Amino acid sequence: MIQEKRDVLFGKTLAQLEEIVSGLDLPKFTATQLADWLYKKDITVIDQMSNLSKTARKKLAENFDLGLSDPIKVQTSVDGTKKYLFRARNGKLIESAYMPERNRHTLCVSSQVGCKMGCLFCFTAKQGFQGNLSAGEILNQIRSLPERHLLTNIVYMGMGEPFDNMEGVMQSLEILTADYGFAMSPRRITVSTIGIIPAMKVFLEQSPCHLAVSLHSPFEEERRRLMPIEHVYSLKDVLQAIREFPLGKQRRISFEYIVFKDLNHSPRHVRELARILNGIRCRINLLRFHPVPGTPLAAPDDQTLEEFKAALEKKGIVTTIRKSRGQDIYAACGLLSTKEQQAK
Amino acid sequence: MKSLSKVIITSNAEITESAFILTFPRTFEFVPGQVIGIALDPAEKPRLYSIASGNREDAVRILYTVKPEGKLTPGLARLQAGDTIYITEPFGGFVCDEKPAVWVATGTGIAPFASMFYSGLGQNKILIQGNRFASGLYFREDFQHAMGSRYVPSCTREEIDGVYFGRVLKYLAEKQSIDPNLKYYLCGSAEMVVDVRDLLIERGVPFENVVAEIFF
Repeated sequence: MIQEKRDVLFGKTLAQLEEIVSGLDLPKFTATQLADWLYKKDITVIDQMSNLSKTARKKLAENFDLGLSDPIKVQTSVDGTKKYLFRARNGKLIESAYMPERNRHTLCVSSQVGCKMGCLFCFTAKQGFQGNLSAGEILNQIRSLPERHLLTNIVYMGMGEPFDNMEGVMQSLEILTADYGFAMSPRRITVSTIGIIPAMKVFLEQSPCHLAVSLHSPFEEERRRLMPIEHVYSLKDVLQAIREFPLGKQRRISFEYIVFKDLNHSPRHVRELARILNGIRCRINLLRFHPVPGTPLAAPDDQTLEEFKAALEKKGIVTTIRKSRGQDIYAACGLLSTKEQQAK
Repeated sequence: MKSLSKVIITSNAEITESAFILTFPRTFEFVPGQVIGIALDPAEKPRLYSIASGNREDAVRILYTVKPEGKLTPGLARLQAGDTIYITEPFGGFVCDEKPAVWVATGTGIAPFASMFYSGLGQNKILIQGNRFASGLYFREDFQHAMGSRYVPSCTREEIDGVYFGRVLKYLAEKQSIDPNLKYYLCGSAEMVVDVRDLLIERGVPFENVVAEIFF
């Protein structure tokens, strides 16, 4: 007999916890206590919530699972990057990449199992789409990370398109930044999108976290070949939507730009990038492409990256080259989980 | 999102167990292959659907399947002639010209190609249409009648005369030669689009000749 999965507590907002305790005829303040146990303390079972009455713990345990799950596999790179595999509640695998540096410990989290967006350069696309992650499943990647106490930054750049799972992503952002939750500064959190405009507008209006937009080519036709989303939401319209939104001084917009050999780093690209980004306070993060199996695209050399960066800076665009991490452990998004799924 | 306008639907026909064609008068120009946003309430976020009718027809047809857990389609399926929906203006760049090309679609991914077909763009195209069951080969009779052997229907769960048995990916993989100079337009699930794109690239089609549309 297949047992239906029970609802979980981890990943619920304070408002949702209040509804739960009300439904169980528990005092209202139990919700705040629950949030405290879920998001600020290291417990593994409901019974460890020692300031809740025995009755409350019993009622909660009868109706809910805690909702935490440890990683099922970890691979460690020579550069210290760790790729963790977690099992989602639908049984599929998701991955998170932990990237430690001297003063910065970043975790890259997944927001979906697989992805619908079909970008030419991405290995996650090869899994197809297998489901959205709940807020709890997104946050579990943080909460169940062995290095969680070291984390300084969270980036939503793992498997999936965050703005195709607004419910899970926005709820997880609330819990990450709320005082009742992880109380992280929104300035330490970046959500990356390929540019789903309606959802991006909601994010800009409702969340103070940073935004990163995958750009990869300033030319519509070229970007369309790399990213089918361009057919529906063009970069031109994405930039217009960003221009129309007052960003304030604290918030940062960055553009992710994977550099492909002989494809998207010519002087023509530099001129067009300078033209289309004019008036947007932003920076470009250049990423070296790491070829995935079966791709027609190739990686550029160091000199190409440096020259492209210098050319962009000469045009006044703040540009950084993101250090390649974990190349020896399939750190490129989707590689490890796809290989694990295929091995089954 | 683009602004919404109100339209009165003229029919909402169930064509198979879970697939419907919603029809309303055409009040706008569009390019075959474009999408519109549809909402039942102007306060809701519209969901995107490809137009499935020709750009010179008086009516606009939208093909959709009901997703029980979906936010819009269960409500859409309850609509009747005379009811109101809210639509955006058409937009999107999944469009093709009159040059020879191959169209590959699965499920409701046939909608943009149906629009191109009913707009007169099917004359020098090859259409490979896949679904699990033959009932999901939407508009099959029209394609078969007009395109003849340039139309390849395929099913994965039903063996029927005149219908290829297997996935569209398998059909393409079994083809002895694939013309790398043609453009290949793909629309369907992410998995199909990615698998077929990989196969075409592996078989020598430059990636700039593969034009993919996605569902989300």
